[in-house]
Order: sequence, then structure tokens, then C-alpha cells
Amino acid sequence: MTDRDLVLKSFALRRRMLRLIYDAGAGHTGGGLSCLDILNVLYGRVLNITPATVADPLRDRYVQSKGHCVEALYAVMSDRGYFPDADLDTVCHYQSYYVGHPTRKIRGMEMNTGALGHGLPICLGMALAAKMDGATNRVFTLLGDGELAEGSNWEAAMAAAHHKLDNLVAILDHNTLQITGHTRDVMSNEPLDEKWRAFGWEVRMVDGHDYAALTAALTTPPPAGKPLFILANTLKGKGVSFMENVGKWHHGVPSDAELAQALAELTAAEQKYREAAA
Amino acid sequence: MSAPAPSMFSPAASAMLQHLGLKKGRANLEEFADTLQVLAAADRNIIAVTSDSRGSGKLAPFGKALPKQIVEVGIAEQNLVGVTAGLAACGKKAFGVSPSCFLTARSLEQIKNDVCYSNVPAVLVGISSGVSYGALGSTHHSLHDLAVLRAINNVTIIVPADNFETREAIRFAAKATRPVFVRFGKAAMFDVTPAGAVFEAGKAITIRKGTDVAFIANGETVVHAVLAAEHLAAAGISARVLSLHTVKPLDTAAILAAGRECRAVITVEEHMVAGGVGEAVASTLLQAGLAPRFKMIGFPDEDTVTGAQADLFRHYGIGMEGLSATAVSLLK
Repeated sequence: MTDRDLVLKSFALRRRMLRLIYDAGAGHTGGGLSCLDILNVLYGRVLNITPATVADPLRDRYVQSKGHCVEALYAVMSDRGYFPDADLDTVCHYQSYYVGHPTRKIRGMEMNTGALGHGLPICLGMALAAKMDGATNRVFTLLGDGELAEGSNWEAAMAAAHHKLDNLVAILDHNTLQITGHTRDVMSNEPLDEKWRAFGWEVRMVDGHDYAALTAALTTPPPAGKPLFILANTLKGKGVSFMENVGKWHHGVPSDAELAQALAELTAAEQKYREAAA
Repeated sequence: MSAPAPSMFSPAASAMLQHLGLKKGRANLEEFADTLQVLAAADRNIIAVTSDSRGSGKLAPFGKALPKQIVEVGIAEQNLVGVTAGLAACGKKAFGVSPSCFLTARSLEQIKNDVCYSNVPAVLVGISSGVSYGALGSTHHSLHDLAVLRAINNVTIIVPADNFETREAIRFAAKATRPVFVRFGKAAMFDVTPAGAVFEAGKAITIRKGTDVAFIANGETVVHAVLAAEHLAAAGISARVLSLHTVKPLDTAAILAAGRECRAVITVEEHMVAGGVGEAVASTLLQAGLAPRFKMIGFPDEDTVTGAQADLFRHYGIGMEGLSATAVSLLK
């Protein structure tokens, strides 16, 4: 798929995610929109996994540490054929397998996440397993800004460099907002590039909505022996004017009118992109 | 010259050990380490994960013999459990090994989510559990571990009494397809398992038959119940001893049989009585409509007194004399 194909797909994925959250009556809207392009690139062209290879020991692993943004993941994975789109009508409903966070009961989901600071240690174990087996598959996790306050991330950051896990990739969805407000006001964590570099990681800073830049950062191998940290600068609520960079959309269900406006904005943006790219 | 370590057995209890011909084995910790190394030598997918706990886990020989099958994460128990879960999710039979006090408190959320909720076949080994660390104090005691893990879905909990049960528990854990937690201490244990007994997770081992009182014990307390049973026999009291090595799932059949066939039931554990084996046994009996005379021996809800493991056992009535006295007063 070309960058253009993936970008065009992103408008539909954003609409699907918003409809899903509206139907479920719950969801993490702003963070889902900020990480959706990263997921679209991962599942569209980076991860060597398909619905047919979910049990292949040599598949790449993706563990979403910021598990609360599962709605974006549901939209992307459903689009890739891991499960039927109709399943998403049941998200968060009574007795549904589709919980408000990732679980292994869903085809293609690697681990149950949702409590923060868990993804990176798990991925460290997965990356170690691949190294032990002499396998070339890679292991990816997606972190949020707020969750970097969890000390377990830094335990794993230290150990990943110590064990020279150059098959491990941590992507930060750096939208700079968390539930209470700006991360710099809640618990400042900058300068993140210097911190991760000091922990022994290869650090790449990209625009987390730029498909070419994301692809290059994710597919160019890091120097031998170095785990890779991708600081993806993103916009919380990306793609919907009244949600962009607004803290209250951390989790929020759009009203009928808000949903209609959001969907219309995304459709208009898609049309504009089609015309510009044509 | 430093003072000699207090003995776990009074002179009378020592004489009783001899009388019963109980053979002194080694620490369950050593049995664990050797068993794991033997299994790992035959299966390269068996991995030990340590948090600077290689020495305290007696795994230095394992590390020398099988350096590619041991992972060090440093003093970082949250990472220890996450890494163990990640390895287990990728086809490794990973054993996360750390003192139970840290493993089951510092990294409880990782145990709950990464291991149990995610349902990966990881094994968590809580070493030097209970009050094995004695006078080092409550930071180093794990008197909560069974209670917290009993409250988490999808984990088999095993507390082996002697070297046999430890060896079998580790063999079971190496083959298990779901999460397992095993905890044991570091003192040398006596072989209490009767010849020919079979270890099966979830099935208590009857060490001694009896009809007046049943001691339902596990781990390092079991030998004291065995001594008390023989001591009581001299007074004409018939005491049953069960090693309830598996705390979850519970052997309800063995517990109910004890409740039906004995006038009194005494639970014995190296754990807080709150949330431990005693409460598990009590609820099993009550829900079946059984109400034998009942006493829970373990650690009460108070600051634990200072002392070696032997001091603490004696202080809280876990010994031949203490358990015998409890039985006699309960049967009055």
C-alpha cells in the first residue's frame, strides 16, 4: 500500500473508531485519534503478521501498553481482517469478548493490557525469547506520555539496553496530554529524547501523523545492540477540530451532534486529500 | 562468639523426630534449584528469570551450567514478572524467581494482569517465603502472599512441605499450561511424605490417619503437625495430618472428609490467618454445613515479634507442644 492509500484509509478508520465509541457509550477518544496513524502504519506495512499468522512463532509482536486506546486498535485490526467489523458493535456490551482494553481473547491481540507501565517489560521478555531462538522477528509496544511516570518503564528501559535488544521497538504517542491535563503540569518528563538516549536507546523523533516518516523510523534497523525508541509527536484528538488538543476528550463520548460533525469533518478532509493528491 | 541459632525443635520434639525416624532432607530451596536445573538441561525452553536473586535462589550453579537459560533483570521485580510473562507468551517455560515478600507485593499488578489475566504459562517462585528471613523483619516476611494470590483468578498456588513435594511441584509447574505460583522456605526440611504417596496438584496428601482431630497444614509447618500427632497419640488422641500443599484449587473432598470424620480441625500455616489456608478451609467446611470444633494457627493481625523463624514459630504456637496443647484444649 502506498502512503496515499494508507492516509485515505485513516479517514475511514477514524470514522469507524468514533462510531464505535459512540455505540459503546465509552472510549478513549483523544488518544485513539492521536495514535491511529501509528497503528495504521504498523499494521499496514511494518508488522510481519496477518490474520493467517497470528499463531506463527516467528511473527512480529505488538503489545499496546496504552491499552486504553483499544478502540483505535479495534478499528485498525478489524480493517485488516483479524475479526469481523460487526463484532465491534458489541464492544463493552454485556458478555462481549470485546472489553474496553486489549485482551488475548481477541484474535491477534498478544497480551491483556490496560494497567499502565506493563507493555515494555512484557515486550522485553518477548524480545529476549526471539533472541534466544535466533529469530529475526521484532517486538513493538506503544506507550503514552502519562504512563511514563510508571517506574516499571524505566526498569525495562535499563534492562533492554543491558540485554542489547535491537529487536525491541518502543513507540511513544507523544501527544503531551494526559487525563488531568498537560503532562508537563502533571509530572514533567522532558527531555524524553535525552532520557532514552541516556538509557542506551537509539532515539528517533518523528511526526506521528507523517506516514513516510513513521515508516522510515519503524523499518530502518537501529544500530546493532540498541533498542529503538520512536518519539512520535502527535496531536491528541487529531482530525476532529473540536477534539484536537482538548484534554476533556481523553475519554469522552460524542453526542449525536458532535458525532455528526466529527464524521462530516473527516469526510470533508478525505475529499480534500483525494483532490489534492489526485 | 555469636549466639547459636535457635533450634526449630525443642529437645522433646527432637526426640520425637528420632522416634518417628524422620529423615532430615535439605532446604526446599536447594531441591527447587537442582530440580529446575535438571529439567532445564533437558529442555532449552526452560528459562530462569532473576532479580539479583541468583544467589538467594541457589541458582548460581544453574547460571554457570546453563548461562543462556537464565535472564537477569536487576533489582526490579515489576520488570521480573513482566519479562517472565513475555517469555511465557512466546513459548518459553519461564520461572520468575524472587523472594516471595517482594515478588508478591512489589509486582502484584504484573502477576494479576501480565500472568494471570493474560493466562500465560509462567511460573512464579516465591523463595524464602513466610518468615524464613526471621529477624530481618516484616519487610522480608511474606505473610500476605497466599491471601493476595487466592484473590486472583487463574493461578495454581502450591506450598510444598518437604523435598519430595517441592520436586514434584516444580515438575508439575514445568509442564503446566496455566499460571503457577510456588512458595517455600530455606530451612532444611524433614521428609514427611509417606512412602508411595503420589503428588497431584489440587490433591492433599494424607500423612497420617486419625479421627479425633485433623491438622490441615502446609509448607514448613507440616512437620510440626506430624510431631504433634505422635505426641497426642501417647495421650490417646488420634490425629490426622493432611499436607494441603495446593492452596488453589483446594482439595475440598479431603477437607470435607476431615470435617466429617474428625471432631476437631486445626489449620496450621506460615501466613497471616487472614486470607490464608485457615479461612479457605473454614469456608469450605461451613458451606458444606459442617461445623467441627475449629482453630486456625498462623500469624495474627499484629506487628510480628522479632526473632528467628524458630522463635516466631514457637511464639505463635507452631510446634509440637503448641499444636498439641491447642488440640487438647479444643477437644475438651
